[in-house]
Amino acid sequence: MFSLNKHSALRYTLIRLRRNYMAVAGLFILFLLIVVAIFAEQIAPHGYADQDYMMILKGSSAQHWLGTDQFGRDVLSRIIYGSRVSLQVGLVAVAISLVIGGAIGAIAGYFGGRLGNVLMRLMDIQLAIPTILLAIVISSVLGPGLTNLMIAVGLTSVPRFARLMRASVISIKDMEFIEAARAMGASHTRIINLYILPNCAAPFIVQSTLTVANSILFAATLSFLGLGIQPPFPEWGGMLSDARAYMRTAPYLSIYPGIAIMVTIIALNCIGDGLRDALDPKQKR
Amino acid sequence: MEKDNILLDVQDLSVHFNTDSGTVYAVNNLNLTLERGKAIGFVGETGAGKTTTALAILQLIQSPPGEITSGKILFNGQDIIKMTEAEKRRVRGGQIAMIFQDPMSSLNPTMTVEDQIMEMVLLHSDVSKKEARERAWEMLSLVGIRSERGKEYPHQFSGGMKQRVCIAIALACSPSLLIADEPTTALDVTIQAQVIELIKDLQQKVNTSLLLITHDLGIVAEVCDTVAIMYAGKLVEYAPIELLYSNPMHPYTQGLFKAVPDLDSPIGEKLMVIPGLPPELTELSSGCSFAPRCEQARDICHERACGMEEKARGHFVDCYLFAQNPEPAEV
Repeated sequence: MFSLNKHSALRYTLIRLRRNYMAVAGLFILFLLIVVAIFAEQIAPHGYADQDYMMILKGSSAQHWLGTDQFGRDVLSRIIYGSRVSLQVGLVAVAISLVIGGAIGAIAGYFGGRLGNVLMRLMDIQLAIPTILLAIVISSVLGPGLTNLMIAVGLTSVPRFARLMRASVISIKDMEFIEAARAMGASHTRIINLYILPNCAAPFIVQSTLTVANSILFAATLSFLGLGIQPPFPEWGGMLSDARAYMRTAPYLSIYPGIAIMVTIIALNCIGDGLRDALDPKQKR
Repeated sequence: MEKDNILLDVQDLSVHFNTDSGTVYAVNNLNLTLERGKAIGFVGETGAGKTTTALAILQLIQSPPGEITSGKILFNGQDIIKMTEAEKRRVRGGQIAMIFQDPMSSLNPTMTVEDQIMEMVLLHSDVSKKEARERAWEMLSLVGIRSERGKEYPHQFSGGMKQRVCIAIALACSPSLLIADEPTTALDVTIQAQVIELIKDLQQKVNTSLLLITHDLGIVAEVCDTVAIMYAGKLVEYAPIELLYSNPMHPYTQGLFKAVPDLDSPIGEKLMVIPGLPPELTELSSGCSFAPRCEQARDICHERACGMEEKARGHFVDCYLFAQNPEPAEV
């Protein structure tokens, strides 16, 4: 079955993506991160809340590779467990904004008219509010916690997706094959699902990977402000926040989580850039 | 003409578009009948309202800005305009199918060819996916494409092949009316002949009626039983094919025939053209819309249009010339 589909768009995209070394490296790092997040219990040398009072604020050692924090907790283990939160927040938050923003944009673009105008003006209003402020308001209303963090981060990027979706839908919906589909007797839902959405997928996939990186950063920001994951469960942004006080005496406390965030973001951006190039049909192989 | 043999009966159809620069009178009081299994050719310049008429029959006029301001479209005796949206969807594709002008852009680039044919079958008949797929393969081989190629995407087909796929999609549910909107305009001449041959062949096999929109009088002569000449949103001449070709009456039709290049004409001879341009459809006069370009126009032509009159058996013309002067003009 798969061999018959050897000319599919997906396969071409994968072939093109494979030629982009940065994207392959990004995918590899993302894969490692996911493995680490899933098998955190097995990989981490210590528990995330295990305290060792003999080893407080100590640098790298054979026992604690990346040192210990102010409570004598192993930094490496905390970073490993922290990847769970970051990846979950990144992926789920993007899924939330993708679904809500995509639906709003698709409806506004396809039906247009007054409904479309009202929806897009609502999105504009949301865009006018600084995202960080909006996220702070949402998470302080909902309260701290992983789920609420994901909702807060997800909702803030809804307008971006809605606008992107609307623009793509508008450019697709006047094409002749949409009229042909209507002449076939297809319903609106069917036209949107089978004809319009697959044809606007490319910019959307790219935007999603880039937004995952953004969301992880955003979750880190909220945790830094104390609105995200509650201690003792580790989260990269939260770790950075705690490390502030020890910036002079134990700088590695902020450096290692910072590197973890940076590597993840760079990996996701490389994947996003690679996908954008690979999905661009104007680019010849 | 027997009553129940009439498949499509368009009565007094008018379609207007309300735009920022005024109302565009795209189709005005158009009457048309089409019998089962017969083919009618729709000929006219760009912007004469041919495609608008076709889209009105399918109820695919975008509204707003488009609006059907008057008329009935009786299909099998039922007025399509009055149908509910669900009924219209059942008619579209299932009973009236359409082939579009540009095969390059009328297929969905993200779906395999056989999936697109299946889509049509699944929309209109109650069959399993497996049966629909078999039907798709059958249709592909009917239009001369190996059924294995159904797994491929539209970009892997040439223009002519894509148009064949479009024809396969259109005929997949054996519609009783096929509307072909300039099906050969985007193709080169050798492929044009093949596609027209295919449409003609399948039209007889599936026994559908055909409404063929074209600029090409040669194609009409080959395929159609009757011809309707359209000018500025109105029918100006309507006749069985032999009558029209042997004796074109309306000055516009005569002009069209003179503008066809002829292989036998001496090299260097200039093509005949009809002087002037079609009128802006926003400001139609009460007179004959062809009058400003007509060499034989009289005063009355500018004031009041003649209206369709039967000049010979089945030969309708909208022109004063023949009311008083029964002698056909020179061709």
